Amino acid sequence: MAEKNSNLYEFTKGIIKQNPTLVTLLGMCPTLAVTTMAKNGIGMGLATTFVLVCSNFVISLLKNAIPKAVRLPCFIVIIAGFVTLIEFLMKGYIPELYSALGVFLSLITVNCIILGRAEAFASKNKIFPSVLDGLGMGLGFTLSLFTMGSIREILGTGSWFGFKIPFLCDDPMTVFIMPAGGFFVLGCLIALVNKIANKKPPKEISCSGCPNAALCKGQCRTESEEA
Amino acid sequence: MSYILILIGCVFVNNVVLSQFMGICPFLGVSKQMKSSVGMGAAVIFVMICATAITYPVYRLLEHFGIEYLKTVAFILVIAMFVQLVEIVMKKMMPPLYKALGVYLPLITTNCAVLGVTIGNIDNGYNFLQSLTNALGTGLAFTLALLLFSGVRARIENCDFPETFKGVPATLIAASIVSLSFMGFSGII
Repeated sequence: MAEKNSNLYEFTKGIIKQNPTLVTLLGMCPTLAVTTMAKNGIGMGLATTFVLVCSNFVISLLKNAIPKAVRLPCFIVIIAGFVTLIEFLMKGYIPELYSALGVFLSLITVNCIILGRAEAFASKNKIFPSVLDGLGMGLGFTLSLFTMGSIREILGTGSWFGFKIPFLCDDPMTVFIMPAGGFFVLGCLIALVNKIANKKPPKEISCSGCPNAALCKGQCRTESEEA
Repeated sequence: MSYILILIGCVFVNNVVLSQFMGICPFLGVSKQMKSSVGMGAAVIFVMICATAITYPVYRLLEHFGIEYLKTVAFILVIAMFVQLVEIVMKKMMPPLYKALGVYLPLITTNCAVLGVTIGNIDNGYNFLQSLTNALGTGLAFTLALLLFSGVRARIENCDFPETFKGVPATLIAASIVSLSFMGFSGII
């Protein structure tokens, strides 16, 4: 089926099968930082999706024009340009979300999902699959951010999207919206995904999504193993 | 006095990794051994201070022309260029230092803590010296978190977890407990 509907496959693979945060473990920083509320999670996810789709589109267009030696700086500039754009849009139209996301909006630039997809997919594929790939990965990212945000908001504040939940809101467990709760919920979610997928959890974060893999060629890993 | 406050605030109260969630990838990836934690930490402190020293005048320049909104683009370019430059210079001039830190340098370009610090300095309205102090403090905080956590991880490796929790989930839950202990510092400033 993957052969027949390859475009459909490019789109759906990012949502569940290769979900960037829960399966390939990329983009952990925003996942942990902005998910104190479900709303922030969705906002961050959609902003990242926008940047991912646009940068995949442009990089795929320019893939033959960019010299291989300087491709990473080129990718970063393209991505940073779109990040600046979304910053402006958010500041203008949804200022409360803009201030809630704070510095993490600028930090979309160095989100390893975007550079990783640019390096691994968009710079090697045609425009249409690249856009679909970006859209799928972005929606997968949004989905996991939304899930994390919901769990933390419901347990931590006893409400969901601002609606109070009976019984829970009387005595919320504040630790869940604190940094410690973020690590805990993400750990449990990854374990849950492993349980459902019935596979062994990854021992460590893989090099496949690391944008620097081309530069370091896994040296960072071997170095730490030798030590 | 305010410099000491910034330093303590960075290292303990608002620890860059454990309460601001920047630089999680190297935190989880490199913290397996104490030796590599120290190497990575030293490289991050070095790059953070230099990046702050460079991006501060760059921002003033952007401000002069009224194009502050380009700071993300300008900063990431400056940092990427600087890291490459340091790598080349270090390889030629200081081979022993390169051997110790070289591997970690390319990894730092996309470490969000470095970009986060330079943007944070601007957002908080720090002056030049305060920015440098903030960079030093954040670098120290990163190193402290990595060092502490490498000790914790050495113990985790030998524990008998349920099969689904082995590896990254267990590491994250351990990080949650370390982060919980850092909550004890909140309120000392």
